[in-house]
Amino acid sequence: MLTDQQIRELEETARHLRVEVLKMLHTSQSGHTGGSLSAIDVMTVLYFQRMRHNPSNPAWEDRDRFVLSKGHAAPALYACLAGCDYFPRDDLKTLRRLGSHLQGHPDMNKTPGVEVCTGSLGQGISQAVGLAMAARLASRPSRVYTLLGDGEVQEGQVWEAAMSAAHYGLGNLCAIVDQNGLQIDGATEEVMNVGPLGPKFLAFNWHVLEVDGHDIQAISRAFDEAEAVTDRPTAIIARTVKGKGVSFFEHKASYHGVAPSDDELERALQALALH
Amino acid sequence: MSEKIATRDIYGQTLVELGRENSRVVVLDADLSGSTKTKLFSKEFPERFFNAGIAEANMTGMAAGLAAGGMIPFASTFAVFAAGRAFEQIRQSVAYPGMNVKIVATHGGITVGEDGGSHQSVEDLAIMRSLPKMTVLCPADGPETGAAIRAAAAYDGPVYVRLGRGKVPVVFDQDCDFTIGKGVTLRDGSDLTFITTGLMTAEALQAAAILAEENVSARVVHLGTIKPIDIDLVLKAARETGAVVTAEEHSVIGGLGGAVCETLAEGCPVPVERVGLRDEFGQSGTAEELLAHYGLTAAHLVEAAERILARK
Ligand SMILES: Cc1ncc(C[n+]2csc(CCOP(=O)(O)OP(=O)(O)O)c2C)c(N)n1
Ligand SMILES: [Mg+2]
Repeated sequence: MLTDQQIRELEETARHLRVEVLKMLHTSQSGHTGGSLSAIDVMTVLYFQRMRHNPSNPAWEDRDRFVLSKGHAAPALYACLAGCDYFPRDDLKTLRRLGSHLQGHPDMNKTPGVEVCTGSLGQGISQAVGLAMAARLASRPSRVYTLLGDGEVQEGQVWEAAMSAAHYGLGNLCAIVDQNGLQIDGATEEVMNVGPLGPKFLAFNWHVLEVDGHDIQAISRAFDEAEAVTDRPTAIIARTVKGKGVSFFEHKASYHGVAPSDDELERALQALALH
Repeated sequence: MSEKIATRDIYGQTLVELGRENSRVVVLDADLSGSTKTKLFSKEFPERFFNAGIAEANMTGMAAGLAAGGMIPFASTFAVFAAGRAFEQIRQSVAYPGMNVKIVATHGGITVGEDGGSHQSVEDLAIMRSLPKMTVLCPADGPETGAAIRAAAAYDGPVYVRLGRGKVPVVFDQDCDFTIGKGVTLRDGSDLTFITTGLMTAEALQAAAILAEENVSARVVHLGTIKPIDIDLVLKAARETGAVVTAEEHSVIGGLGGAVCETLAEGCPVPVERVGLRDEFGQSGTAEELLAHYGLTAAHLVEAAERILARK
């Protein structure tokens, strides 16, 4: 259980990260706004409370691993990594620029703290399965977390990964689905309905939890429970709002891959300051 | 050459026309219909449009099944996912049986820009070209795209068409023809030949104009079909000019440069310079910055021409 004080601090961190995401996307004028904002609260709990990691030694062998399978939410990841001091905050201004270490999609060879290369949807979760297998083989205490989009789970590869994670009994693996109900072409249910997700993961022999993906306490408790289940992987279906935190970005597929304009940034920062 | 059009826009419009002309034309996409422009078709013919969701391998298999059932499917997504993610489905379900499926990939090459190397296909022409029975097209501009899409629809068999993201200069006339397997000489010349495809053809025309001022006569041959390559036109250019510079928004391995070198090595060995990505992946940046960074501009083509003349 988090104390009220801890919750307040994490909420404040999440608010700062949203500001960073919006500023960096405004500077780059290119990138994915909606899916970065929906993922912030889950990633805040992971990077600032849950995961054992050491920003001054990113290669620490026993660290927990995070794989952003929905790689287009790179701005959320970069905000977390900068917030943890993996690299200077100032670097965020170089997002998507020629020569920057902050590529449009996460690149393990360029950015300190990025574990694997993602961006092609469906591939991160398989790499997370491999990382969990490696941790077990090497008798490392590491846990592996991976965040997927609810459109991403339409990829058949996701279910191949789900099958193998359960087959190998990977209790050290936790997959979170950012269930914001939208993908690029519209509502996930209308484009290609892959639901219901909870029963699907259950049928694949995963432990399954469903939480409000913007409730810090609930997210943290879900990670507690996931860690207590040691004989199988856990899937956390996190109900979220695409564009969360900025009312005029919320619930809109049209803001999937659009960066804020000058005016939108100003209004968004005002809205976030009032929270 | 002042007007600029995105090839994907013309693709979307042409699909709608084809849909009106032929009720067997069906379209598939994988959650990118706004970007690939198949959305235009989906609005007019919702019952003949199928969004596979983010599931490119299944989309390709469904397209093969639709073709087996007598339809003329066009399946679209970004080039990395079209040629890459669904490669083996293309091989087994489309190319091997010779299925009448048109894979029209948008966002080919590095001009995808800011999304970065994970989204920039520099290998799609090579891997598609390696498949038996596959026809591979890479139009230069908007007008040629319209004609190429119509040619693909009329042709019975698997076709891969590579289109781009950004707007590119118009090179061809509005009512140009497209014959699969035939290249086009866009400018005559006697000292060397630029053999180019896609958006590099406009750069080659510019380079040839610059070279003319230096009294170098450069021919420009555009290959809108990478496979089957126009062997006669390529050999003729080599025989008559004695030096070839290839240019493509793609790796120098296995694509246009590779195809031209294979053709020349067997038929008329002359010095060749290949302009393209030199066995490397792309990265984030604007399309223009990346073209300059990877040496894909008219100025770089002029330098390549100077190098090849020294080797002649
Ligand atoms: C294999 C693959 N196909 C297509 C894309 C293009 N793409 C990027 S984001 C996206 C939609 C993702 O929707 P979802 O997983 O729900 O993400 P979120 O809503 O969290 O942004 C698509 C189709 C991709 N990156 N990878
Ligand atoms: Mg979504």
